[in-house]
Amino acid sequence: MDTFLSILNSVVSEAIAPDTAAVAIAVIGLNIHFGFTGLLNIGQAGYMLLGAYGMAISITHDIPLALAVLIGLVISLIFSLILGLPTLKLRGDYLAIVTISAAEIIRYTGRLAAFEDFTGGSQGIFGKSYQGPFISLSFLGDGSTTLLPLNYREAGGTGARIAGLLVALAALAAIVWVAKRMKSRGSDEPTVGTSATPKLLLAVLSVVMVLALFFSFPQSEPNTSVDGWWVRLVAWGLVGLSCLIVFLLVRSPWGRLLRGIREDEDAIRSLGKNVFAIKMQALIIGGMFGALGGMVYVLTGSVQADSMGRQLTFFAYTALLLGGAATIFGPVLGAIIFFSARILVREMSGAYVPNSIMSDQQTEQFSYIVVGIVLVLLVIFRPQGILGNKRELRFHV
Amino acid sequence: MSEQTTATAGHADPAARRQMMSQVDRIPGSAKPDPILRVDHIQRRFGGMMAVDVEHLEVQRGIITALIGPNGAGKTTFFNLITGFDRPTSAGKGAHWAFDGATLDKTSASSVAKAGMVRTFQLTKALSRMTVMDNMMLGAKDQGGESLAKAMFRPLWRQQEREVRHKAEELLDRFKLLEKRDDYAGSLSGGQRKLLEMARALMTDPSMIMLDEPMAGVNPALTQSLLGHIQSLRDDGMTVLFVEHDMHVVQHISDWVVVMAEGRIVAEGPADTVMADKAVIDAYLGAHHETDLGDDALLDEGVAAALELEVAEEEAARNQEGER
Repeated sequence: MDTFLSILNSVVSEAIAPDTAAVAIAVIGLNIHFGFTGLLNIGQAGYMLLGAYGMAISITHDIPLALAVLIGLVISLIFSLILGLPTLKLRGDYLAIVTISAAEIIRYTGRLAAFEDFTGGSQGIFGKSYQGPFISLSFLGDGSTTLLPLNYREAGGTGARIAGLLVALAALAAIVWVAKRMKSRGSDEPTVGTSATPKLLLAVLSVVMVLALFFSFPQSEPNTSVDGWWVRLVAWGLVGLSCLIVFLLVRSPWGRLLRGIREDEDAIRSLGKNVFAIKMQALIIGGMFGALGGMVYVLTGSVQADSMGRQLTFFAYTALLLGGAATIFGPVLGAIIFFSARILVREMSGAYVPNSIMSDQQTEQFSYIVVGIVLVLLVIFRPQGILGNKRELRFHV
Repeated sequence: MSEQTTATAGHADPAARRQMMSQVDRIPGSAKPDPILRVDHIQRRFGGMMAVDVEHLEVQRGIITALIGPNGAGKTTFFNLITGFDRPTSAGKGAHWAFDGATLDKTSASSVAKAGMVRTFQLTKALSRMTVMDNMMLGAKDQGGESLAKAMFRPLWRQQEREVRHKAEELLDRFKLLEKRDDYAGSLSGGQRKLLEMARALMTDPSMIMLDEPMAGVNPALTQSLLGHIQSLRDDGMTVLFVEHDMHVVQHISDWVVVMAEGRIVAEGPADTVMADKAVIDAYLGAHHETDLGDDALLDEGVAAALELEVAEEEAARNQEGER
């Protein structure tokens, strides 16, 4: 039992890791591309890498942090223009081809020995050469904090820990139940309007679940360090801010245009809208979120081209489809579940499958295999993802 | 829209329309008293085939003009060309068309729509995974909230959004779709989608609406109401140009009929007389439709030779025309 609980502990730790938040931001950007506008961008990792390079190289050249972040965003904007100008007037497939190759070009260019002075070649840029300005911004002070301060250790050991886990599971079940009822009622009487009570209930239940999880699996990190609470605070703060921006954007007539373009470009064109400009705006905004995600991604590690390759783009797609494309919180939920589920599979098979059957290295690969299978099953059985609206997918164009 | 209504109110009277159009020459490319659309020398070639070859066409303002012709006559291609969804092969070599005085030679599809010439599609383009209301609201012109700078701040576009919604509701009510407003467009029947597309096009306040086979695949009862809607648009002062391949559908509602065959305009005139035009009958039924292929006389060499001569003459005439 203790092994199992400690596995769950590392799962929770992964769920709130800065990397998870970083990918969540990139997935939010991808959601604007793919979920709302229908742009098939298979090079989101390229945007991340550009953002990371833009910020890290600027800082190593003694440019202040705020300006360095801005430089990263502007570079991604230029990248969007270069990719979009020739392809956005063509059919969607061309953007897919161009983005995946452009992302690879950036990765290989980053690895080139010729640019070693800037990008560090295949070694990458070491974290300590650019993390300083960011960490010195921290106002959390020294020392370390455990979340929650009041946890199972004070409240009676393993028994309380299991009780906390059960409370979390019960809250999860309640969330699913309330959400289902909300949805079924929504489809029966679509004109009911916004009923605040179930939404409030959902929020309360979510808070209860999170608190119970942290009660049973308290996370202890240093306040201010390369990988501490400060990075987590900023990373998840940015996730929240990104969600807010996307929410404000997609509820507007502009967001309606995005969905219209996803459905049928020609119809929108026949109504006198400049489809090309809107697609370009969407590409730029989604790309900027990608670049921002890339900057957060390298805060705890180093800028190494191969860590942001095609693989990361496909992780992002998996997270997006898992959470639900064209939803606000889908990308965040998808990223959290994707990363923690992978850790769960890896640790479980590491702990319970004998080494003679599966070595440690193989459990790592096994976890990716499971992720791939889950993605396939997901697309077949729940194409709308966890938060998506099934009604919306019933109609194929 | 109210100004147009007063400007062209005379066209709601059938007798006045007939009177006006009776003075127009019944030849292909004839001049109209007050053309809203003027097309010159538009050609579109697909490889070796000339799909559209229109020398001159004028569309009279404020009436219903039907563009008919057998399958493959180039009607839809012609539509795509003048609405900016396709480029003429003759572009830059004399192709010229103007809408309401503004030249459209090089404009994109969206600018054509902005100028007030809005089209629908033969294969309906309802935005399936959006609600009927969202479909409608997309149609409205000049929405402040569609600019990225204002989109994030609701107070900047809330008032306009309310007006657009109100207008959409009025139009949906007129097209009997109001109770469907919160359904996904993909759940509508084929006929309802045609209605939705027409209503959505009207959201842009067009001065001319171009309908590509509005009656295709629609049941007879709905066809009647569709025809009624088209007529009421005309009575409101809108110019209607619509494509149809079935002559009999257009007979009742169109004030003027333009017939296309093999990419050319072969005849023009009021519905009742144009149907009797020899070129039209040839286009629909073939020039030799009266020849009984089961007739034993065809076996006679003399008759066969006469027919061959006839065909040769026709080809010579056509070649001559081509050279000209």
